[in-house]
Amino acid sequence: MNQQSQMTVSDEVAIEITNMNKWYGTFHVLRDIDLTVQRGERIVICGPSGSGKSTLIRCINALEEHQKGKIEVDGTVLSSDLKNIDKIRSEVGMCFQHFNLFPHLTILENCTLAPIWVRKTPKKEAEEIAMHFLEKVKIPDQANKYPGQLSGGQQQRVAIARSLCMKPRIMLFDEPTSALDPEMIKEVLDTMIELAEEGMTMLCVTHEMGFARQVANRVIFMDAGQIVEQNEPEEFFNNPKSERTQLFLSQILGH
Amino acid sequence: MSDSTSNVAFVRTEQIPPSAPPMAASGPVKWVKDNLFSGVFNTILTLVAFYVVARFAVFVFPWFYNGVWDAASRKECLEILDGVNGACFAVLVDRWDHLVFGFKYPPEGYWRIILSVVLLLVAAAPALFSSLPRKLLFFTAFYPFLAFWLVWGGSLWLPLTILGLIIATLLIFRLISSEISVDVRKLVAGAIGVICGAGLAYLLFIGAQELVFIANSVGTEGLVSTVAYGVFWIMAIFAYVFCIPMGIFVGYAIFNSFEDGGLVSIVASLLFAYLAFSFLLAPIWMALNAVAPIELPAVASRDMGGFMLNMLLGTICVSLSIPLGILLALGRQSPMPLIKGVCVVFIEFIRGVPLITLLFVANVMLAYFLPPESNFDLILRVIIMITLFSAAYIAEVIRGGLAALPKGQYEAADSLGLDYAQATRLIILPQALKISIPGIVNVAVGLFKDTTLVSIISMFDLVGMIRGPIQNSTEWTSVYWEVYGFGALLFFVVCYSISQYSQWLERQLNTSHH
Repeated sequence: MNQQSQMTVSDEVAIEITNMNKWYGTFHVLRDIDLTVQRGERIVICGPSGSGKSTLIRCINALEEHQKGKIEVDGTVLSSDLKNIDKIRSEVGMCFQHFNLFPHLTILENCTLAPIWVRKTPKKEAEEIAMHFLEKVKIPDQANKYPGQLSGGQQQRVAIARSLCMKPRIMLFDEPTSALDPEMIKEVLDTMIELAEEGMTMLCVTHEMGFARQVANRVIFMDAGQIVEQNEPEEFFNNPKSERTQLFLSQILGH
Repeated sequence: MSDSTSNVAFVRTEQIPPSAPPMAASGPVKWVKDNLFSGVFNTILTLVAFYVVARFAVFVFPWFYNGVWDAASRKECLEILDGVNGACFAVLVDRWDHLVFGFKYPPEGYWRIILSVVLLLVAAAPALFSSLPRKLLFFTAFYPFLAFWLVWGGSLWLPLTILGLIIATLLIFRLISSEISVDVRKLVAGAIGVICGAGLAYLLFIGAQELVFIANSVGTEGLVSTVAYGVFWIMAIFAYVFCIPMGIFVGYAIFNSFEDGGLVSIVASLLFAYLAFSFLLAPIWMALNAVAPIELPAVASRDMGGFMLNMLLGTICVSLSIPLGILLALGRQSPMPLIKGVCVVFIEFIRGVPLITLLFVANVMLAYFLPPESNFDLILRVIIMITLFSAAYIAEVIRGGLAALPKGQYEAADSLGLDYAQATRLIILPQALKISIPGIVNVAVGLFKDTTLVSIISMFDLVGMIRGPIQNSTEWTSVYWEVYGFGALLFFVVCYSISQYSQWLERQLNTSHH
């Protein structure tokens, strides 16, 4: 908690979502979402499964299309224009529950692929950047292995490094530790904490409440496609306002 | 016993050291016992199998061993054998050239075929083995033009000019899509848009006139004719009404794409290719040939034959149908309904028709649809049909590979900002094709064997050669086992090599190491 004072939040707006709605067929998954994220904010989104939290962050980099409302990322309005979408995606990094590394490429190639092809970085420079970030996530010695040879925790750290190689201004995490063994969760969370301390804007869907307490400056609780409650972590955990939040917290913190 | 229940606490103080697995009883006796005589039923099966193999060997070995290699006819063979069980391999010696090259290919040109096969191995090597230097791929790209010249003869300048025009087309594509500034591209897009729009409007106008002509010649006598008359007139009116709006729409769409340059560069390079091949190709290669004649005696397509024809059709059709199949498979997954629809209809239609029907279409029917003066090479028609046929199958195999990829791979590629072309080329296809290797090889081997079907449309491939000129000759009239066995051996060698290569490739591409 003492780190929080070191982490600064600027006034600059990184993401602005206004009145956003999304349907899967006739099912209304996201309803009237309003969310403003300042640069440097670390937001944890939690909620029961099916509450739309993953869908929400997947809308931010247009992996899911929203049908109504406005999403503005770094000043670029998300529309169906492919140019805009690719631009936003190259500025927004994302880590998935199942890592989604490219199994036919080595760890190093996984990390250099996007810088080389999207940013047009020369290969040598891209490899230097990749090694820098692989060192940061503490697995430079695995650079020439294939993803299939690494443990789950290592793979997720590679996935984080792969996103960082694009030098994103915003990172999205979609349940990054849900598919991991308990022993590996810590190594991934440590990496994410380090990232947060460096001032990265982060949106993280997770059930790791310890992580939320330690690094988040805001916790958002979602249920049935709506934002039910949001607050600073201390207030959120110690003094939840809505009944739904109280029930949820009692269930996940109950044992 | 009773003590242990009261004392559950246990702490391991030292690690158990790893040890070697127990010695498995091994050796030949053990193997024979396990694999041949492991039970009463298996023992009986083994004995029966031994008996069958022995009977077969007792017949076949003398047949090979006594085989006659030097005789002028089957009658002579039988005289030499004098009642002994033996093969008449003399037919292979006597008709070797016919079996391999066909009976009309000029013998003084056989070296050309042999050279192109040797070069084929060189050209295929860098494509098949990624450990070889990538620069060799330039030769692979050049090989088809060289092989065309070697096999068909004529002037070397014809394939070279074709190659040159293809390179020019690609350069124009690159120039317009990425080299010139947006302002210049805007001008180009305007010009191309006007040309294409006007051209399309003109074509639609001509089409409308044709439709009116057809309607009038159908007339209005009888119900069917009247309905047809009405339908043709409605189509004609549509064409008349929409020719100018369609031209404007398409022309504007091309102009409007000037910013990212995708559409305008494709249309411009296609337009260039069409004009170049219609008006530049013949004058250029003829002029070059007049200045520096490099010629081989020309051989007509109908003179190709023997196993060479099977190899020719097999190699060309496989190498054309894989890229076409990939495009069809990607097209079938496209979110754009028009592209998807065209691909689905094409694949389903081709898969619903037997290859032999398509070959008959190539042989006979196409002549009805093409203008009478057009001289469309028979081999070319057959290549097109076989390629389309196997491309449809390969497309379905690759679609299976695409479907087997986890959705996360697409999402990861998207989330890194890769565009569709990059994601497809770098992430999706390498994995999908790897999954599809067994299926693609299956189609390729099947296609290679199906090339023998051309014997039915009176082309003298290996089978056509055996069924026709060899067995109909007075000398070799009832020789079956030797010639068909030889044919089977040739096909087996090629198909087995392909299959072994594919298994090796699968092992090479396996990165899971589990």
